[in-house]
Amino acid sequence: MEFAGFEPNPGSGDLPTAVKILIAGGFGAGKTTMVGAVSEISPLKTEETITATSEGVDNLSGVEEKNTTTVAMDFGRITISRDLVVYLFGTPGQNRFWFMWDELALGALGAIVLADTRRLEDSFPAVDYFEHRGTSFIVAVNRFHGTCDFNAEEVRYALDLDARVPVVMCDARSRESSKFALITLVEHTMTSQMSAIR
Amino acid sequence: MSEPEESWWDVDAGPIVRSFARTGGRTRPSRDEVDLITLIVASSPDTARPGLEPEHIVILRMCTGAPLSVAEIAARLGMTVTVTKVLLGDLLDMRAIRTRAPVELAEAPDIHLLQAVLDGIRRL
Repeated sequence: MEFAGFEPNPGSGDLPTAVKILIAGGFGAGKTTMVGAVSEISPLKTEETITATSEGVDNLSGVEEKNTTTVAMDFGRITISRDLVVYLFGTPGQNRFWFMWDELALGALGAIVLADTRRLEDSFPAVDYFEHRGTSFIVAVNRFHGTCDFNAEEVRYALDLDARVPVVMCDARSRESSKFALITLVEHTMTSQMSAIR
Repeated sequence: MSEPEESWWDVDAGPIVRSFARTGGRTRPSRDEVDLITLIVASSPDTARPGLEPEHIVILRMCTGAPLSVAEIAARLGMTVTVTKVLLGDLLDMRAIRTRAPVELAEAPDIHLLQAVLDGIRRL
């Protein structure tokens, strides 16, 4: 074998374009379940080591505490066409440090914040984060426990959401229901985009 | 009072051997051009190339055929994204892989792209 097979100028014209969508929410809200419901591959796990500098209450001492933590997230893939691949990343719910993984949210088409009405407060950090970043997002209330004590408007009020942010009811185990949440998100991103152009 | 003998690392230090051994002590890729969803394909199925470490060969074999994202490569290797990027940086330097960066990150997504994603999800 010779090395002539390696292109002198690596091109990329024949490779598909990749985009990503985030599935966020608290621990146990059903993020990995939703990724698995629509992904063509079994969800994979990827890890990143994040070093966070946190200033303690005694920061007058000038000593900052450094935390290194491993953040893991599950993801799946949807091949739309030869030219287009969508990656779905389920953010880790237990770990507040994923917010430091800026690369995740950078360039995302949008995010679905999965809410569990039994622990609605677990959705606050994700909602705050996407509002602050200006990332397009919707809230999907996961009804996988069969019952839901709240309707969409009550959830909107409790999370103090902008009137334009869609709130949908879903069952993260269901492919059709998860598809509906994704469609709602992409339509919402398109609507926001078009109103921004006008 | 005698202290029990302490090791200089602890659980918080993480797996101290793996990352550094695999990347020759480097913690940053030689280039910053690969993202989590950058797609990678081997330039050639030929892995008989000087300078390739076993991990490089594993990556090249993975990416012969259908392109894989950096996240998928990291997951399959069982390594962190950072370590994977270092290895991919080596392969880029050797021109052993080709990459496709994701859609321009700083800009808002193109409406035609969003429409294509929407149509694709509806077809699922």
